[in-house]
Amino acid sequence: MSMDLKQYLRPGVTLPFCPGCGDRILLRLILRAIDELKINIDDMLFVSGIGCAAWIPSPNFNADTLHTLHGRAIAFATGAKMFNPKLKTMVISGDGDLADIGGNHLIHAARRNIDLTVLCANNMNYGMTGGQVCSTTPKGVRTPTTPGGNPYHPFDLCKLVNAVGATYVARYSVTQPSALVESIKKALQIEGFSFIDVISPCPTQYGRQNRLGTPRETLKFFESICIMREDAKGLSGEELEGKIVTGEFSNGGN
Amino acid sequence: MAGASERKLESALAAISYYFSGDEAIAEGAIAAGCRYYAGYPITPATEIFETITSRFREIGAVSMQMEDEIASICSCIGASWAGAKAMIATSGPGFSLMQEAIGYAVITETPVVIVDVQRTGPSTGQATRVGSGDIMQARWGTHGAMPIIALSAWSVQELYDQTIDAFNFAEKYRVPVFLMAEEATAHLRERMNIPEEIKLFDREKEAGVAPFGTEESDGVPPMPAFGEGEKLLVTGSTHDAYGIRKTVDPLAQEKLVTRLHSKIMNNREKIIEYEEHYLKDADIAVICYGFTARSSLFAIERLREEGKKVGMLRLKTLWPFADRAISNIGSRVKRILVPEMNMGQIVGEIVKYTSCEVVPYNQMNGEVIHPHTIIEQLRALL
Repeated sequence: MSMDLKQYLRPGVTLPFCPGCGDRILLRLILRAIDELKINIDDMLFVSGIGCAAWIPSPNFNADTLHTLHGRAIAFATGAKMFNPKLKTMVISGDGDLADIGGNHLIHAARRNIDLTVLCANNMNYGMTGGQVCSTTPKGVRTPTTPGGNPYHPFDLCKLVNAVGATYVARYSVTQPSALVESIKKALQIEGFSFIDVISPCPTQYGRQNRLGTPRETLKFFESICIMREDAKGLSGEELEGKIVTGEFSNGGN
Repeated sequence: MAGASERKLESALAAISYYFSGDEAIAEGAIAAGCRYYAGYPITPATEIFETITSRFREIGAVSMQMEDEIASICSCIGASWAGAKAMIATSGPGFSLMQEAIGYAVITETPVVIVDVQRTGPSTGQATRVGSGDIMQARWGTHGAMPIIALSAWSVQELYDQTIDAFNFAEKYRVPVFLMAEEATAHLRERMNIPEEIKLFDREKEAGVAPFGTEESDGVPPMPAFGEGEKLLVTGSTHDAYGIRKTVDPLAQEKLVTRLHSKIMNNREKIIEYEEHYLKDADIAVICYGFTARSSLFAIERLREEGKKVGMLRLKTLWPFADRAISNIGSRVKRILVPEMNMGQIVGEIVKYTSCEVVPYNQMNGEVIHPHTIIEQLRALL
């Protein structure tokens, strides 16, 4: 990590992520966005749930961090933010945490349009417990609890959060670092509920079980299937098969 | 928006008599204690607390949130508490069950929060509008890896008001979730109560730069800063050291933490526990009771005293930590103890633990309060 971002890390921490983990990249991109906006990190509160992504801010960020229960990060963040609106509050957690066990809190916070920035590090499986299927796993994908392939459709989290009225909704992959940093900066500045579905590959579980190759090859694979919304416009349903469409889905009128 | 230390005592009620329901008294007690964040979910028979406090909060500029369920409600209270609020939530059995995981989180993170459980009959939905007292052991042991908490029990509208204030003071002093184990019968009862001229309040201690999750003493309570004060707080539900750093495999860190969580309550239990004795001096038979049942018991005892029968009563105002010494003491003075409860026998097991004299339970879980004549009958059988 570059020296200028190291100032935002809690002294003495060692980053815990596996080789090629998207969460490690996301950690750096979040700090880059904060640095570029010149936000005083002491004014921020980072709230996370349980899972690999919940370890992005806790204990690593040298700021107020609240590492909570599985699925409940948004509910904790709501209480802190409603009592002290001065706290610039960012929720960082995984897809299993925010969309499966915590899905109800996600849609209700989006509906209330509370001024929270929620980053969902979406690795499309339960990484910490061994790569089991979750609500964002694509259909057909193999996991330890779906050895014959996932029989169910995944959530499109952006559609879900957009449908209930969040101000800012976007999806970017950690393999699109510049666009993602700009998106995080926007999310931090917009008043109201901001949500980014961050595609954050998990080479150790998802990549290995689906034979995507080395961590580098796994990241390359995700880089190849993520296409910008503008580029997806002219494509047929068949051409979009297996692709992840990224971009802004609601930008708060900006 | 009310800050943590800000007081709006000018908006507290005038020190005169009121004709309140128990639920209204709890809401007013919370406001007087400095509660400025409430989160809830509608549930009978606790809803009136939510409605009353929400309308009063509008006058004083505090925050009331209706969340999507009781899990979100308690979690938001814990979040608000770390943002500096005195926070409360009221519920009944089904909501109390949903909160259990987060209660454990409040215990391990040492978060002050007041939880009112207006008990109704269970299990499950049971009879939503009828009285029960079936959550006593759940308050103590409901969350996994349970550690001592504080639970209070009131027998009148006045006492619900007073104990709500006590609950906030204990929560702030010991950094622990505190339960007010109310019952439908007192929550929906309307009776006269007085707002006192003066209320003693305890606010959490803050000390910049001091470890927020550990003390030199094995039973100490560390200071608790709030988010936004530049302390770079590290709050986690995982086992942690004095500064909040996760220690997920270190047996010494785990032992040190749980020892202190246990001892900070148990070593101070004589300062926490309150009970009330009635006619016990020369009694041969003691009724040990709590909550609404104590009203019926006192009526029964006074009737039997008129006949010259040597009966008395101990009323538990604190359920947890348990009044072990008081029970041992009474057990050595009387011949028999009657324990009437609106459940199938909960506190009676604790009483058996701490006395060798004969202990007789009386259990009624039919959604009705235990009638004084029932207690008279039970006592006559023991005389």
